[in-house]
Parts: sequence; C-alpha cells; structure tokens
Amino acid sequence: MADKMHIKLTVNGTEEEFLAEPRELLIYTLRERLNITGPHIGCETSHCGACTVTIDGKSVKSCTMFAVQASGKDITTIEGLGTPDALHPLQEAFKEHHGLQCGYCTPGMITRAAKLLEENPNPTEEDVRFGIAGNLCRCTGYQNIVKSILAAAATMNADASSSSDAIGQTKVEAAE
Amino acid sequence: MSVAKSLPHDAAPLHVTGAARYVDDIPLPEGALHLAFGCSEVAHGRIASVDLTAVRSAKDVITVLTAEDLRHENDVSPSPSPEPLLAEGSVHFVGQPIFIVVATSHLAARKAAKLGRVEIAPLPAILTIDDALAAESRFEDGPRVYEKGDAVGALAGAKRVIQGEIEIGGQEHFYLEGQAAAALPGEDGSMLVYSSSQHPSEIQHKVAHALGVPMHSVRVEVRRMGGGFGGKESQGNALAVSCAVVAAMTGRPCKMRYDRDDDMIITGKRHDFRIRYKVAFQDDGRIDAVDFLQLCRCGWSMDLSLPVADRAMLHADNAYAIPNLRVESHRLKTNTQSNTAFRGFGGPQGMVGIERVLDHVAHEVGLDPVEVRCVNYYAAPGEAMDSTHYGMPVEDFILSDLTDRLLENSDYLKRKEAVEAWNAENAILKKGIAFSPVKFGISFTLTHLNQAGALVHVYQDGSIHLNHGGTEMGQGLFQKVAQVAASRFGVDVDRVKITATDTDKVPNTSATAASSGSDLNGMAVQMACDHIRARLAEFVAGDDAEQVTFEGGFVHFEGKSEPFDALIKRAYMARISLSSTGFYATPKVEWDRIAGHGRPFFYFAYGAAVTEVVIDTLTGENRILRTDILHDCGASLNPALDIGQIEGGYVQGAGWLTTEELIWDEAGQLKTHAPSTYKIPACSDQPEVFNVALWDGTNREKTVYRSKAVGEPPLMLGISALLALSDAVSACGTAYPDLNAPATAERVFAAVERVRS
Ligand code: FES
Ligand code: FES
Repeated sequence: MADKMHIKLTVNGTEEEFLAEPRELLIYTLRERLNITGPHIGCETSHCGACTVTIDGKSVKSCTMFAVQASGKDITTIEGLGTPDALHPLQEAFKEHHGLQCGYCTPGMITRAAKLLEENPNPTEEDVRFGIAGNLCRCTGYQNIVKSILAAAATMNADASSSSDAIGQTKVEAAE
Repeated sequence: MSVAKSLPHDAAPLHVTGAARYVDDIPLPEGALHLAFGCSEVAHGRIASVDLTAVRSAKDVITVLTAEDLRHENDVSPSPSPEPLLAEGSVHFVGQPIFIVVATSHLAARKAAKLGRVEIAPLPAILTIDDALAAESRFEDGPRVYEKGDAVGALAGAKRVIQGEIEIGGQEHFYLEGQAAAALPGEDGSMLVYSSSQHPSEIQHKVAHALGVPMHSVRVEVRRMGGGFGGKESQGNALAVSCAVVAAMTGRPCKMRYDRDDDMIITGKRHDFRIRYKVAFQDDGRIDAVDFLQLCRCGWSMDLSLPVADRAMLHADNAYAIPNLRVESHRLKTNTQSNTAFRGFGGPQGMVGIERVLDHVAHEVGLDPVEVRCVNYYAAPGEAMDSTHYGMPVEDFILSDLTDRLLENSDYLKRKEAVEAWNAENAILKKGIAFSPVKFGISFTLTHLNQAGALVHVYQDGSIHLNHGGTEMGQGLFQKVAQVAASRFGVDVDRVKITATDTDKVPNTSATAASSGSDLNGMAVQMACDHIRARLAEFVAGDDAEQVTFEGGFVHFEGKSEPFDALIKRAYMARISLSSTGFYATPKVEWDRIAGHGRPFFYFAYGAAVTEVVIDTLTGENRILRTDILHDCGASLNPALDIGQIEGGYVQGAGWLTTEELIWDEAGQLKTHAPSTYKIPACSDQPEVFNVALWDGTNREKTVYRSKAVGEPPLMLGISALLALSDAVSACGTAYPDLNAPATAERVFAAVERVRS
C-alpha cells in the first residue's frame, strides 16, 4: 500500500486539504470525499464527459485524473457556476431552450460549454458542435444543447456590450 | 391552460446546477456497504468449484455471497420463466453473476470480485442465430405465425418475385447513468430501496420475494433515472435485490452500481434479428404478398423476449396494406446476455424488415421509392378501411397527407434531382436521399399492463401535491403530468409539486414503457383531479356543479369568481375531502397473442422522415447532411418536450442502424463493452440541417387532452438514414446494395465494392 499523500486544492473557491492514496481519482475526491455530486460518472474512461470540470482554465475529465495531479490547482465544478436562484447564462439557456432531458450529461456539458465560450465568445454552430464533441448525450440528439449554447453566447455578448456601453457612458459623463 | 405549453422540464433548475439527485448521489448513512458481482468468464458450462478465499481476505471486504447464501428466492426474472440472481450449478453467458462481494467501498468490492477462482467445465455454447437454429434452442415450443390472406399461395402464382435477407444488429442502451440501486434496512423487516428503474413495482415484488416478506414491507422510490430507454425495465432487478438481501443480512445500508464495462457485459440489449423475405409485386411496385421469417436472438433467459418478438411481428406491415402477409417468428435462446426492452421493443426490427422490402422492390421496378411506398399505403380516412395482418382496422391513417406535406417542406423532389446530378459528376463522394414513414401501435401488448394510478392532494394553502406510477427518465413525463393537473384546476403549474415515484403512494404500477407514460398516468392524474374538482364544484354550486369552471387561478360560478386558494380554505373549513386517488385502464384493447388477432393497440402514432447522406466510396465513411421530420403527437401536451423526444429518438435510431455495432468473439465475450469501441452518436456527427415539425392534428381516441404517445415512435424515423446510405451505395452500380445494419463504414465500403462488380 502506497503511503497517503498530502493534497491541497481549491474547489469552487473553497480550499480543501486532505490525505489520500496516490491512486485516488479526482471524480471520487469530488463526489465521495467532498460530496460534490454535480460531476457524474458515465464511463470512467474519459469518453463521455459526464465528469467534466475546469482545472486552472482547462476542461478536464475528472475520472481520469488523480487527485494528487490536481494538487495545488483551482477546480470549478457545475456547483461553482451558479445556483438555482442565480443561474449562469448557460444554465438559464439550458433550462429555457430544453438543452436537457434526463440531465445526467448536463453538468459536464455546461461546464465544458462555459470553457468553450470563454475561449471563443462568438462561436459558429459548427464551432459548438465540435467544441462539445467530447461530451456524450444519449437523450437529446444534441439539437437543443447546441441551441442553448448559442443562445447563452448571444446573451453573454449582449450583457458584455451593454456593460461596456455603461462604462463608456460613465466615462463620458465624468469627462463632462 | 398549461397543457399544450412548451414549459421547461420541471427539474431543469436542479439539473443545470448539478443539484438533481440520481441514486449514486443520495447520501447514505455512515457504515454503508458497497456491492459488486463476480461474473462468469465462460459462455456455457457447469460450475465445478468456487474458491472465494482470496476474495474474502481482500482488503475492506466484509463478506461474500453465493447462491447458497440466499435464504429465500434466487430469482430476478420479469417473466414467468425463472432467472437466478446468482448462478446455481451452471452458467449461461459471459458476464453472468456468480457471487456478490460486499465491501466498504465500491472500488474495494470491484477489485476483490476479480480474485474469485471459479472453475467451470465448459459445455457447447450456442452463440449465434445459426447455432441456435441448428440446436433447436428456442423459447416457446416452435415458431409463432401471424397471417392475413395466403402469402405462400400468392407467391407461388406471382409473376414477379424477389427474395432477400437483412441482418439487423442489436443495440446497447448506453443510458448515461449506469444501473444503480441502494437499500436501507428499516425496523420490523421493512426495506427502503432506491433504484434507477423504470419499474418500481417489479423491484418491490422481486425484493419482497428475495427477502421472504410481503410486498407491503418493501418500499421502492425512484425520483429519476439518467436515461432508461427500456434498459431499466427489468435489468435493475439484480442490483436492487442484491442490495436488499445484503442489507437485510447485515443490517447496514447497501449500494451497488455497475461500472460501464460491467453494465455492458452483464445487461441485455436490443434484440438482434435476421429477417428473410420473399415478396410478390407488380410493375408499379404494388405488393401482393410478403412472407417474412423473423429470427430473433433472445439471449440466455426469457426476460421480455416474447412480447418483443410479438411486437416485431405486429410491425411487419408498418404503413402498408399488403393483401397477403405472413410473419413467422423464431425466438432463439443463446448463451449471450439476455436481450431486453429497448425503445420500440421489437417494433423497429419488424419495421426495418418491411422498409427493406419496399426499398428492394423500388430498386427492382426502377421507381422512386416514395412512389412505391405511397401506392402501398393503407387507405386514408374516408376511403374503404383496411385492416392490419392481425385484424385491427386502421382508422386514422394520416400518413398520405403527412407524406405530401413532408415531401413539400423538405423539397424532396428537387433535392433528389440535385443528388442525382451530384452523383453523375462526382466519382468518389456519392450522395443518397431517402424517405421512410412510421406507423407505431400504442399500448402494452400484454393487455393487463394498460392501467395506471395516481394520488393528488390539495393542501389548505392551495398548493397541489401530485404522485403517479410513472417514472421520470428524462422524457419530461412529470412536467407533462403536472401540466395536466394544473389545467384541471385552472391554476399555474408552479403550484403543483411532483414527487418521486413511490410504491407507498401508488401501488401495483406498470413499467414506464411502451411510450405509454403520459397516456396512462396523465389520465389517472386527470381522474384524481376531477374527483376533487367535482367535490369543490358541488360545494360551490350544489346541483348546478356542472356550471362551475376552474380557470386563471379562479373558480367561476354565476358570474362570480373566487381565488382558488380562498375556495380551498373554505372547503377545508367545511370539511370537504381534498385528496383523491385516480385510476385509468385503457379502453378497447383486446387481442389473442397466440393467434395474432384482435386489437392490441388503442391507436397508432405516425411520422415520417427524409434523410440525406454522403458517403466516401474509398473508405465507406459517411455522414448525415440533412434531416427533415414531420411527426404526429396528436394535440401535444408540451410541444418542446415532444420535439426533444423526436430529435433524440431519431438520433438514437440512426445510431443503431449506422455506427453502433456489437461484436462478440468466438468464446461469446462481448468485445465492444465501452464507449471506446462502441460508438454512439456525438454532437459532431449530427446533421448540419435538422428540421423537425409537429403534425397539426388531434388523437381520434379519447386520450389525455387528445395527445399521442411520443417516446418510441420517432426512433424508427432513423430508418431513413439506413435507406439513404443504401441509396448512395446504389449510385455506384446496378446491383441492389443489400446493406446490413448497422451500416458501418466497413459495410458501406463492402457494399460499394459489391454493387460495382
Ligand atoms: S466519466 Fe469521465 S469521461 Fe465519462
Ligand atoms: S440529457 Fe440524458 S444524457 Fe444528455
């Protein structure tokens, strides 16, 4: 039995510190140790994307990363994106545009989509299709998922431009 | 009124935030145990010895159970024929559970399960359809035959006859959430079971037998599944029973979930079929007779194979009035996973058979396949009515009109010309376009299952609590049913709380299957609401109760309106009962499944699709370019949810017939047991243009708000993808492509070579 290792990581803004065997997979750390059950287990072989989280700005399938590899890093799961009372635009869009059926793929899908929109705030439909090709959904046929992501991109861009307008105006006022 | 509105799925806010709980997310009390199966590595054999010493002494293992340790019934069968939870004396497929490991963690249980030393003396294994035919290995004594007219006679005297054969592969459900269950022991021998199951009542039944207690001592709760597709109708029994047995034995909560590979190796799949056909036809493509031989590989236990094979026979006509139709069905028993329910339940395989016949005939007579289909269609309403080969009149055949509309909307004729022009100019990339219709029978063919119950409470504050026997697997059943309840009381749907399916609330439920979830449960809920509504109306208006209406959050009578809440408060003070059960049994259905005669279905649901594809003749690689669908949901309860079902169904159907390939080796081992080798459609595989519209019509039968079932029928729209590939291959030569399913790149490539030579 390998010695337990000291692991320290940040999940959704909270620092976590614990001892774990080197073979502990990050998805088990999240789900079983930290009780963060939004990331799901679909295949445990990095094919389905149900376990997707963001680590230091990259989409990662947490079923094939050891917790120790995530040590010192900053992890965001679906729980860190928004809450039922204050939804992230992507969460709002998935709800409004029926981007889910059984919902099992949804947390991974939205987490991936959030990263995608960060990398490419104005994606084409094709960009979205290929950008989420690593996340499987068995229910929806993907149509509404793509629609949701495009709708969220539009909202986020509109918000961004209206807030930069707002900033612009304040500046103008200040100058006057 | 909230029915007919495209409201979001009731749990959407939970799903998008990761707060929706599946079985594996439910926190269990301290000390919970985890289970894993030790499975057979041999397809057929006698168990000579079992040595579990290493398993028992493995780290974190609490105990190990074999069949001998089961104190009561060792059975998880959903059919009258037994199916042991743990093998007794012999094994019948690679993956059959032999022992249960109980450990303090999931991982420890799985690791230890690999340490079992089971010696098995191999017996000859029957793996394929050919093996089973040679060995006369089958369920039921012989083949079933359904027949209309005299197909054999008509074929003997016919001028033009062709024959052929198609292999249709099975399909893995690949519900994204694998099978899972948990059990918590209670006082006085009671047991609470959480299960990812489409059939809580059966879980309750099986657990009760395994524990040797009456059903009243077992409570099963299902809040949701991460997909089911038929794969959680019976395949969850083994996990739930194991958890309950070990929980009863140890007094500790138990959980079991299959890892993906185990799930694919242990559980049954869609039945694979070989269908042979002989068809007599005329120069205009009109079909006089078809004689079908359906060979169906059932796997090692009976499970639901008989009704699946029946449904394949019942859909051998699809949309066509064939004067002489004979269907002979063989239910073959093999040493492989026990095939089970999968969206369409045999119907899709039967339908692929007849669509293949139409395609082949069209190729033979050199006419547009759509034309050939239309001349063979059942009579439209108003014309002399046709009956199916099992004697059920086809009363509302809307497909002629629906076809016209779809061909127009999809610009079929122009695009067909464009495809031909493309193929004339391009030697390497060939395009194909195809149309296919769907007529799918709605009702459980096991007639007694067509019943449902519901429980509705209205609380003093006017909020409504709703429960019914249906389970939520993503299809939006809860949302639809809540919309029905809200509409009955004329209130906003936010006022309605739908709670987890629970055998303590509604007993003796049928599986949520056969597309019947909202038909049955929606009606039962409507009945329950209407009982309460009648009491309220009588309280308001006495003998004039009929004149009371419930609308817009108010109750209206004689020009006066009272808020719903206020009335509820008054009714409570006046000691009016505000709770009711509801019960519904589908009318009209009655048939003889042995003779194949009668009315198995309450009604038919219709739809049609046009799919365009392109293939690379050098590699066989292909993709879907465009899909157009027009589908009939009657008066839709929620159009957005229905369109979601149609899109998802089509993609799953197209996946089945194109990329999803199951391969077993000569030892009977499934080689495609993970997403790395079994290819379900990904987002990047989707058609660039995907148009879906709902047919504007209502159900002629009195269903809930005149809606139609939508779960299964759209899957069969995917048949158009297979036919389009066949059309593209046709462009490479003159021979008929003879494409088997799934039409993988390899098969498309081989077919191109074939038609060229
Ligand atoms: S569970 Fe991690 S990719 Fe499937
Ligand atoms: S909604 Fe079920 S897997 Fe995507």
